[in-house]
Amino acid sequence: MKAFFSALLKSPSGLAGFVLLSLFIAIAIFAPMAGLVSPIRGDLMARLSPPTWTGPFSPGAHPLGTDEVGRDILSRIVNGSRLTLLLATTAVVLGGIVGTLLGIIAGFYGGIVDRILMRLVDIQLALPLMLLALLVVAALGPSFVNLVIVLALTSWIRYARIIRGQVFALREREFVQSAYAIGASTWRIMLRHILPNVLTPALVVATLELARIIIMDAALSFLGLGVQPPNPSWGRMLADGRVYISTAWWIVTFPGLAILLTVLSVNLLGDWLRDHFDPKMRTSR
Amino acid sequence: MIRFMLGKLTEAAIAVWGVITIVFFVSRVLGDPTALLLPTGASDAELAALRSALGLDQPLLQQYFSSMGAMLRGDFGVSFQHMRPALDVVLERMPATASLAFTALALGVLFGAIAGTIAALKRGKLAEFIVMIAALLGQATPVFWLGLMLILFFSVQLGWLPSSGSGSLAHLVLPALTLAVFVSASIARLLRSSLLDILGEDYVRTARAKGLLPQTIFTWHVARNALIPVVTMIGIIAGELLGGSVVTETVFGWPGVGRLIVQAIQNQDFPVIQAGVAVVAVIFVFINLAIDLLYGFLDPRIRQGR
Repeated sequence: MKAFFSALLKSPSGLAGFVLLSLFIAIAIFAPMAGLVSPIRGDLMARLSPPTWTGPFSPGAHPLGTDEVGRDILSRIVNGSRLTLLLATTAVVLGGIVGTLLGIIAGFYGGIVDRILMRLVDIQLALPLMLLALLVVAALGPSFVNLVIVLALTSWIRYARIIRGQVFALREREFVQSAYAIGASTWRIMLRHILPNVLTPALVVATLELARIIIMDAALSFLGLGVQPPNPSWGRMLADGRVYISTAWWIVTFPGLAILLTVLSVNLLGDWLRDHFDPKMRTSR
Repeated sequence: MIRFMLGKLTEAAIAVWGVITIVFFVSRVLGDPTALLLPTGASDAELAALRSALGLDQPLLQQYFSSMGAMLRGDFGVSFQHMRPALDVVLERMPATASLAFTALALGVLFGAIAGTIAALKRGKLAEFIVMIAALLGQATPVFWLGLMLILFFSVQLGWLPSSGSGSLAHLVLPALTLAVFVSASIARLLRSSLLDILGEDYVRTARAKGLLPQTIFTWHVARNALIPVVTMIGIIAGELLGGSVVTETVFGWPGVGRLIVQAIQNQDFPVIQAGVAVVAVIFVFINLAIDLLYGFLDPRIRQGR
């Protein structure tokens, strides 16, 4: 852990990503205690008011302005981050567990098991992720649980492919052979000897996937298939603000900036993790 | 080589079949479209009549096998909404999607290749720093938001370009630019790291020691090898773009396949969903086949199956 942080301190971009992401997570966790105005109840007298710093026509209390029903943009962005981060993290963890386990099984057994899994991967790769997600969300309904399942479903193949390759190499190693020799069961070998050795690549993939899933979640709610109103979500704010783009630029500008900064921080951290732990993965992504 | 191709073709066919099967069953969960098709207040008898006319009253597996057989003959059924063959409805949208995809891809690959090469050759210089920052930002920007920002700037503020619709070259500029930013950012980053990897190889040092011209080394020893991962990524991106960039097409009101499928999902227009997804999957699979062949061209070891 100490070595991890001292290496992180040497990389300006990795450190920037880590600090920014920690900051966003802290904001998301402590948002309810920040004394922000309600993200759901609007102040109709102050509808479409521009950000405070842009001029004298803005009535006070809305630093980033308000939307078409007078809801505070800042409060909606901050509260929207709670749901986005929770959803994306849960989906990454779920997709990561499924993908890692399937990758281990395929790599370990090889043969027919591996071939079936790779055909599944092919099928899923031939179906654009966005269409798959749209179809499943439309069929099952856009609840939190369904969104997590859909996003995890678009994600597992990336773990499975990379980890399968790693396990191919690992299973020939001496420590696995000796575990066999002393009579360890297959499951024990997979979970106690192989799994710890693939956790690092899984973590690297997970960070990069987190960025992709945050954007995909925003895209789904932009298309109206995200978490349903009145809960604030970044993608939905952009979709609603589109109508007012010619008169109220701030409604569509700030939620997008929030997505950009969050994804940027995750990417910076993910790039650093990848280069730090496994430089060879760089071009094989 | 022929065995290699046959194997790839079989895999491709299985993938397309799998996609169509998944889509068939998932879209049946969407619900019963008959209520949407008839005016409100239609009697139960009318609903039932329509349902049996559309074949929706038969057991699910029977529907699956009969529509599978029809699909093999290129018959995807009649669109519930457009009342015309679903495949025609989808193929009509293909030119719009393809023109957007190819423009975005060409621009993105051009900018990405230039930027990535500069970043790799000017290692540690200001040029690399600028390219990498731009690429990081480009990758972190959600396309639909970038689209909105471009509309805000070029359509609302400056009034230079139309914000949505299609039909003229001016309509193509903003959506193509939006997609090209993401494409070029991904390609620049990948090409840079791929070039740096190859520049560190022993055979590049040997070529230098032989006294070959730097241009010769770069063209024949470095670029050719560094392109392999980039070609993979271009293929993946091309497939995604040709599948219809759902979100970009929505932002700009572009009448492409992606938007058509989204509308079909909303309207529970099963034949169009199936035809659309099948077309997309076939395109995607064929692009991947083309890439496998390109590999053989770039790397003789793959061609000879070693």
